Amino acid sequence: MHKTTKRIPLILAGMLAATAAWAEKTASGSVIKDPAAGWDHLWREVIIDITIIGILFALMTAYFIWKYRRRPGNEVGNGPKLSAAAAVAWVVIPTFVFLSDDLYVAANGWQLWNNYREVPADRLEIQLETGMYSFDYTYPNGVRTQNELKVPAGKPVLLRMTSRDTLHNHFIPDFRVKEDSMPGRVTYLWFLPKEVGKEHVVTCASYCGVMHSYMASKIVVLAPEEFRAWYDQEGSKQGGSIKTVAENKAATASKS
Amino acid sequence: MNLKEWIFTTDHKRVGVLYLIGSIAAFAVAGILALLMRAELSTVGPTITANPTNYNVWLYGHGAMMILGFQIPALTGFFANYCIPLMIGAKDVAFPRVNALSVWLFYVGIILALLTFVMPDPPDVMWTGYPPYSTITTGNTAMYTFTVLILGFASIIGGVNFLTTVAYMRAPGLTWNKLNIFVWCTLGAFVLQLIFVPVLGTAVTLISLDKYLGTHFFDPTQGGDVLTYQNLFWFYSHPAVYVIFLPFIGVIYEIVATFSRNRVFNYKMVVYGGVFGVVALSGEVWVHHLYVSGMADWLRIGQMITTLMISVPVGLLVIGLVGTLYKGSISFETPMLYALGVLFLFLIGGLTGIPLAVTSLTVHLARTYYVVGHFHYVMAVAGTFAIFAGVYYWFPKVTGRMYNEFWGKVGFWITFIGTNLVFWTMMDIGVKGMPRRYYDYSHFSQFEGAHQLMTLGAVILGVGFVIAVLNWIIGAARGPKAPDNPWNSNSLEWSTVSPPPHGNWPVPPSVGADWYPYGAAKK
Ligand code: HEM
Ligand SMILES: [Cu+2]
Ligand SMILES: [Cu+2]
Repeated sequence: MHKTTKRIPLILAGMLAATAAWAEKTASGSVIKDPAAGWDHLWREVIIDITIIGILFALMTAYFIWKYRRRPGNEVGNGPKLSAAAAVAWVVIPTFVFLSDDLYVAANGWQLWNNYREVPADRLEIQLETGMYSFDYTYPNGVRTQNELKVPAGKPVLLRMTSRDTLHNHFIPDFRVKEDSMPGRVTYLWFLPKEVGKEHVVTCASYCGVMHSYMASKIVVLAPEEFRAWYDQEGSKQGGSIKTVAENKAATASKS
Repeated sequence: MNLKEWIFTTDHKRVGVLYLIGSIAAFAVAGILALLMRAELSTVGPTITANPTNYNVWLYGHGAMMILGFQIPALTGFFANYCIPLMIGAKDVAFPRVNALSVWLFYVGIILALLTFVMPDPPDVMWTGYPPYSTITTGNTAMYTFTVLILGFASIIGGVNFLTTVAYMRAPGLTWNKLNIFVWCTLGAFVLQLIFVPVLGTAVTLISLDKYLGTHFFDPTQGGDVLTYQNLFWFYSHPAVYVIFLPFIGVIYEIVATFSRNRVFNYKMVVYGGVFGVVALSGEVWVHHLYVSGMADWLRIGQMITTLMISVPVGLLVIGLVGTLYKGSISFETPMLYALGVLFLFLIGGLTGIPLAVTSLTVHLARTYYVVGHFHYVMAVAGTFAIFAGVYYWFPKVTGRMYNEFWGKVGFWITFIGTNLVFWTMMDIGVKGMPRRYYDYSHFSQFEGAHQLMTLGAVILGVGFVIAVLNWIIGAARGPKAPDNPWNSNSLEWSTVSPPPHGNWPVPPSVGADWYPYGAAKK
């Protein structure tokens, strides 16, 4: 993304005194900002925001319904006939209130979005080809796996995705991330595996055909040394496929 | 009453009633499909069918029939046809025969949609029909294309008709600023239909060309692009949710004003801020359906902002509605209960849409049950409640008889409870990762209990709807005679007898300078 597009949300957020707290926290410590943590944070904020608005409206409505119910002495409505100034104010003020809430949410959302789309340079880069109905991964050294992706803890993982038939979607609920894969384009997503020994469900989230709901995979997080051992061993076992990686790379380069 | 008279009728009221009957039939079929889906999902793994294609066909049928066969025709077919000429004091619509043609086309569309269930290889492309799947499936994509084209065409000619009618046939003295809110809302919806339906028509035609005639619009190996379809589709189908939303909120305005015996709060804000604002913004937000489709990053971020901005005109519409309760004299007959139900459902649906507008939050939420829960709240059930509210409200006018108030309220509460059980639960498991369009959720078996709760809720909600429809049928056949203006409304449709004769009034009405469609009727 361009520098300016990165700066605008910061300015907006600053204007509204709403710089995302999670971004500050991580900026001091490690350099990698985890989008999944950012997601959880922003989600909580937005839920609080909409809950407050919802409760305000609901309480006001409930109050009116009770207060102005029809009963002896209140047989006809007597709503105000607004003056021109009041009528305009009732447009301008709510518009301003809603717009500032929108901008606040948008600014935070935009920052997190940049986080989702900017992949740390030090990363493990995997080619993913989807097909009815499997996820086929290729590691940089040519190792291929199907419906299972072993990754080292603590290292960002980037998937470059394409599809050989219909639309599919590599959805990892635990990492709060998904993106479509499709023929003719290369899309990407990244995530930060953390917990050693943990398995994360991957599921297809775009309707791709009859067996769509059975299309699944998993991400297995290994300790870095454990991963290295597995990776080298598989690499020499599947050595013949190095060529395919080069092909793969060439193919992606020409498409993008 | 003979059948031939009804089929060849050009009376806008009969055309409207034909639309209502057809759309309620579509609702019944699509509702049964929903129950079949819920039954299938009541256990992990195959439950009532071992073939995923059956589920996929039900889901296709449910989505397509609910939107194209039920809600759009009920709102822009029944309500617009029945109410607009009456509300503006006209004898009929501008082009009565064109109107008859539109309802015939609508029935052809409904019949095509129903054939889905008796033909071999029915469409299984979901109501969105995304390629490449829709161009390679063994299911019958052409059926999808033709159904959409015919229903779209019916709607376009309806649109031309109503814009002309309102522009040229208003009663003497009935200026633009005295139009019922419902009329404004419906005009907005028809403007959207006229602009956007052709785009949908193009999109669905191109997939059939690709599939059957060997073109390559969406085939990247030959220079096509799969994303083009998604853009075309949502370029129509997002505005389509406002084609549903605008008339339904219009119906709710009529009801809330009448049962509060009150003027509409800040009429000009509602019309020029709310309705115009929605129409103006509706074409600039479609990319929020493509947040995880591989669109260019700048487009996704740009349309996050336009999408969030929709909250402004929609917020004004909600303020107008709540403001109309202020200092009212509110009573709670069945139509009003449904209307207040809509306010509540729409509040939940609208607010839960805010996270979905935020591109980065949608990276997790898209394509899960959260989305399904959200859009049922905001459009599907809010719209359905509004349709039920409106049918109850105009029931005495349409049939000349009264429905049963007690069973009306019972039906409302049962549906309302069931609805929240189903769709709240959907949002809950969606946030936890449950993907939509799943025949079998064996790798999300932790949600089995929640799915069972939803199946129970769907049955409860269905019972409520059945009570309501029975109430109408029995009321229409042998309810007590209704007075001409049972709700004591000022609006013109109540100024004629119930049911109105062909031509509506013996002498067409005219209105004075201080007349206004809302507020208690002056005796
Ligand atoms: C009346 C009770 C209803 C129930 C119990 C119900 C239930 C469901 C269920 C279970 C799904 C499928 C979830 C999935 O597998 O992804 C669904 C999808 C859908 N429903 Fe409903 N629904 C109801 C009413 C409506 C109404 C009134 C509409 C009107 C617009 C509607 C429109 C849709 C649409 C558009 C879809 C998405 C179809 C797709 O994914 O292609 N539903 N509904
Ligand atoms: Cu899939
Ligand atoms: Cu939309």
